[in-house]
Amino acid sequence: MDRLRRRLERTRISSRGLVVALPYLWLIAFFVAPFLIVLKISFSHTALAIPPYRPLLVWTSRSVLEIRLDLGNYLAMFSHRLYGDAFLNSLKVAFLSTIFSLAIGYPMAYGIARAGARARNFLLLLVVLPFWTSQLLRIYAWVGLFKANGLINQALLSLGVIHEPLTLLFTPFAMYVGIVYSYLPYVILPLYANLEKLDWQLVEAAQDLGCRPWQAFYKVTLPLSRNGILAASMLVFIPATGEFVIPTLLGGPNALMMGRILWDEFFGNRDWPVASAIAIVMLLVLVPCMMAYLGIQSRESDQ
Amino acid sequence: MSRRSAFVITCLAFGYAFLYVPIASMVVYSFNASQLVTVWDHANSPTLKWFVALLHDQEILGAAWISLQVAIANATGSVILGTLAGYGLARFPRFRGRFAFTAMTTAPLVMPEVITGLSLLLLFVALEQTIGWPAGRGIGTMIIGHMTFSMAYVTVVVQSRLATFDRSVEEAAMDLGARPVKVFFVITLPIIFPAIMAGWLLAFTLSWDDLVISSFTAGPGSNTLPMVVFSMVRLGVNPEINALATLTITLVTILVVGASWLAARARRRAAAAVA
Repeated sequence: MDRLRRRLERTRISSRGLVVALPYLWLIAFFVAPFLIVLKISFSHTALAIPPYRPLLVWTSRSVLEIRLDLGNYLAMFSHRLYGDAFLNSLKVAFLSTIFSLAIGYPMAYGIARAGARARNFLLLLVVLPFWTSQLLRIYAWVGLFKANGLINQALLSLGVIHEPLTLLFTPFAMYVGIVYSYLPYVILPLYANLEKLDWQLVEAAQDLGCRPWQAFYKVTLPLSRNGILAASMLVFIPATGEFVIPTLLGGPNALMMGRILWDEFFGNRDWPVASAIAIVMLLVLVPCMMAYLGIQSRESDQ
Repeated sequence: MSRRSAFVITCLAFGYAFLYVPIASMVVYSFNASQLVTVWDHANSPTLKWFVALLHDQEILGAAWISLQVAIANATGSVILGTLAGYGLARFPRFRGRFAFTAMTTAPLVMPEVITGLSLLLLFVALEQTIGWPAGRGIGTMIIGHMTFSMAYVTVVVQSRLATFDRSVEEAAMDLGARPVKVFFVITLPIIFPAIMAGWLLAFTLSWDDLVISSFTAGPGSNTLPMVVFSMVRLGVNPEINALATLTITLVTILVVGASWLAARARRRAAAAVA
């Protein structure tokens, strides 16, 4: 019997390796290795060639291997105002969008978590539905609403609130609306998952002990949902920093965002090394955020 | 906050209006006869002419065909990789490199798409230079790119299903002499099958909607539907896109509502069987 069990243990260990090996190797090949190539190309010199950069390692004679690290791409980040401004602006937009999304998403997640079982399923379905519908098409919907002769201007004009159409499209306002709108389901779902597990008897106890409803919320519910808030924030902040589609369609030509600059350097200027350097600089900020997100996730699953 | 405070109900109403007014406006204006999209043509509306135009638009149809091929291949591949990864993470609490594996399966969920897209393209170019594969870019490279981020979503879905899984059924099968591989295919797989289906649909949708990673990894002549839509939208609003949006929303609503109805029915039956 013992021998059988040991044999079973051994087969499980080897099958264990096989189960994980395939996705593991895939991610190393197509997710991790590419970043090393980005890092390498960010130190290359731009050239008019295919592909448009010079190699880092060159055999200049039979015995001399020359390594050329071009730091110019990174120096350009500091010397041209454009990159610095875009970088700071991206962080600002991502941060404010996170705050706005939480401000709208938290009360919604709270309302769903406290609704009756049947209403709750229906309300969740209504959050998930837009999530399954193309993000591009949903951003396009806002173009129609924000246009000079769009729905919002028509409604305000006919109500007499304004007498001339407002410029809404291609403004920072439109861009914030688009980002908050796109990422709202990503905020509501983790917050709901967190609030659903919350022990409401603790809130009742606080109220029984004399807390007013708002105090009980501030002192009990909010601290207990801290992990949900942090997870939701990361799900907005990290991707929003590199957002490309929303700034392009709603923010207009003046919306300086890193995702757009990277895109334009790559597709417009064919400057692959500078695009790579932008990606590396963004990663330096975003990887610590991702590690924080990972930490929250593992803490949540331990509970 | 009381259980159903006026504040919470107001927030819910405002939030859902925010989510649905843009979608509703697209649907309504897809039946508008005017070329100007947002100016309602009372004389000739409602009309189906934009739907007819959409279904005769060769560029859109060709792009939709490419998107469909990529999405189906991606969903199938992602489900295989994601199920393996989710199973590994849920069942093996300790193995060498587990932390790195967790990080690698989580990072694609949040990584800005421009970074993933750029890095994949640079990888494909470097590979082509050194080993000659992939020769050029197109549907194949797009599928690889989509699988890399879609499998992360499938992993989450499968892993969370396995976390709430009653393992006594598996143990019973083991005690009765089934080998681990047989247990997986006969017991585990059927039980987590709904999660795998959900993962397949999710991966399909992610791929069908993706613009940024496709743009980086596509080759000449392999424009996907979002790439065509994006270039049309950049030029301004277009009634054909409203028609496309209405079709998409109708299909998604039918699928999502249908799936949740089926899930609810399965839950009721399970509850009835226990009682």
